[in-house]
Amino acid sequence: MIEIHNVHKAFGSLKVIRGVDLEIKKGEVLCLIGASGSGKSTLLQCVNGLEPIQQGEIQVDGISVHAKDTNLNKLRQKLGIVFQQYNAFPHLTALENVALAPRVVKRISKAEARALASKHLKHVGLGDKEDVFPSRLSGGQQQRLAIARALAMEPSYMLFDEVTSALDPELVGEVLDTLRMLKSEGMTMVVVTHDIVFARETGDRIAFFKDGRICEVGEAWQVVNAPREEHTRQFLKRVLA
Amino acid sequence: MFDYTFLWPLVWAEWPQLLAGARVTLEITILSMAVATVAAFPLALARRAGKGLSCQAATIWVEAARNTPCLVQIYMVYFGLGALGLHIGSYFAVLGAITFNNTGYLAEMFRGGLNAVAPQQFNAGRSLGLTAFQTYKNIIFPQVFRIVYFPFVNQITWAMLNSSLGMIIGLRELTGATQMAQSVSFRTFEFFVVAAGLYYAIAKSVQILARVVAWRAFRRA
Amino acid sequence: MARLQTGLNVMQFVLPYSGLQWSDLPFMLEGAWRTIMLTIMAGSLGTLLGVIVGWLRETFVSFRIGLIPFIDVIRSVPLIIQFILVNSFQSILGLQFDPFWIGVVTLSIYMAVLTSELVRAGLQSVRPELSRAGRSLGMSYWQGFLHIRAPLAIRTALPGWIGALIALTKDTALVSVIGYIELLRAAQVLINRSNEALLILAGVGLFYFVICYPVSLYARRLERRLAI
Repeated sequence: MIEIHNVHKAFGSLKVIRGVDLEIKKGEVLCLIGASGSGKSTLLQCVNGLEPIQQGEIQVDGISVHAKDTNLNKLRQKLGIVFQQYNAFPHLTALENVALAPRVVKRISKAEARALASKHLKHVGLGDKEDVFPSRLSGGQQQRLAIARALAMEPSYMLFDEVTSALDPELVGEVLDTLRMLKSEGMTMVVVTHDIVFARETGDRIAFFKDGRICEVGEAWQVVNAPREEHTRQFLKRVLA
Repeated sequence: MFDYTFLWPLVWAEWPQLLAGARVTLEITILSMAVATVAAFPLALARRAGKGLSCQAATIWVEAARNTPCLVQIYMVYFGLGALGLHIGSYFAVLGAITFNNTGYLAEMFRGGLNAVAPQQFNAGRSLGLTAFQTYKNIIFPQVFRIVYFPFVNQITWAMLNSSLGMIIGLRELTGATQMAQSVSFRTFEFFVVAAGLYYAIAKSVQILARVVAWRAFRRA
Repeated sequence: MARLQTGLNVMQFVLPYSGLQWSDLPFMLEGAWRTIMLTIMAGSLGTLLGVIVGWLRETFVSFRIGLIPFIDVIRSVPLIIQFILVNSFQSILGLQFDPFWIGVVTLSIYMAVLTSELVRAGLQSVRPELSRAGRSLGMSYWQGFLHIRAPLAIRTALPGWIGALIALTKDTALVSVIGYIELLRAAQVLINRSNEALLILAGVGLFYFVICYPVSLYARRLERRLAI
């Protein structure tokens, strides 16, 4: 379980998150929606420990992410994250991209790591791209590569940070299909997205962010079809128009 | 057109001297590049920090190395330190000055290379559970290496060209040895044409070797 | 010039040790002035030649291929040797130019090679669509070159050209090898006489630094601005 308690985060004087409480249960898919700059992506970076927080606490399976004595490298193995920019390692082939972290972090043998990587590449539909460098892959393929790379660490949770925002429209489908597949396999996921239709259909719950706070959180169909808050209603009207 | 006969056999008689000089040139080039490569990394990292005493010191080093003639730097080590009572032979004076010079250029090169790697690559590595050190070793440095590879090879040529300044303080590297060898016959032109050919051959060999290595190391098209 | 030369020889070989004097200042300033003149002369001649050669290399295949060995050699042979070769070649021809002109000629060729590389890279960086767009508006080759290709190429080449100019400024110090008394050679003369090596060299180093550093800062800023 991921527990977020009263988290505050500022970049200098710019307050990005101002008191957020959230719980993500095992096996659940939680979608975070809201306008750009409302703090959704930053929250994901905080959950992963890539960004420090000023106040509050984030616990993953009972371990406090920002506590001084927490082994972040170990904790991050539980938390896979995929970014908007695919961040494929350009100097490594697709297979090496996926095999690197298992080999270096988990110290499994090279052959095992390659077998593992091969399995995960097949899983996301890139079985035939093992020896291809990222520069030869489409955006959608690079993004699926990034997902395979995170999955290869066998995480308990997957965090997705606007993974389709940088893609050409015709490539969005293949990445969303991969997310749906993960949901069907029971993966716990936090998905920051602008795609309301996807959030309603794939998410179990939706949290709507506004100005660094959670304005509304509830069952996915309820938040989209029958929002309780006026702000939510206005936001949905704007993006669905 | 003119009554001058080129006398090449005179040069061939001194060929071993020139080769001995070329050896010194190669030695200084390789040693100065090796030491400078090691020294330039901390300098580049200090410059990237952007503030603090070590950053200021690194900046002074880099800018002094790049904005004064290499010959002045050699004089500084040879005559300047000599005036302080620290007498250094011409070999180590040239080696020291060229290392100082190389380090300044390489530090800027490495800094540029580090800046050219997308900052998200670091986060991508850390988010997979790699330590900062592992991220640098497996993800950042291999990319920097590719970016700085050809500029680095150019710097090798520069180090070799700069080592010719050793002649002025009496070092018998290729240029100095040529100067000595021609002083008997005063066939300056012939001797230095051959020396130029040797420099050209060394520079070309380095470039060709670098291409072969690059071709084998960088599989990516 | 000849009078100064003899004067220097007197200073170098006859005068016994004596400390630095204020009267040495004009001598150093003369050296500094000569360094500046060398830079200006070789910089402008070399640039002019380099622009023409760069354009020729980019425009005609024969020049592109024919000049490769020449450019290769200039770039991989130490400048010192280039000075010595030009100097001894003119003696072979029975000519006796002032070392200043030997310096200017050698440095100009060197600067021209550097400039031609930059000009070529600059012209290559202009997307062909843009010059086609110019032609489609009815411009002649030269109109398109003057109003579209050249301005865009200059934007790309300018920071590098400033870098080459800085390199040239520093390389003028090498003209001392063929006996021309510019700043560094003047400094050496004074060092021999006064034993104030550190002070004099620090002053000389500062002179180059004060010229080169602001220019290189400007080039870096320009590069960043043009990159956007």
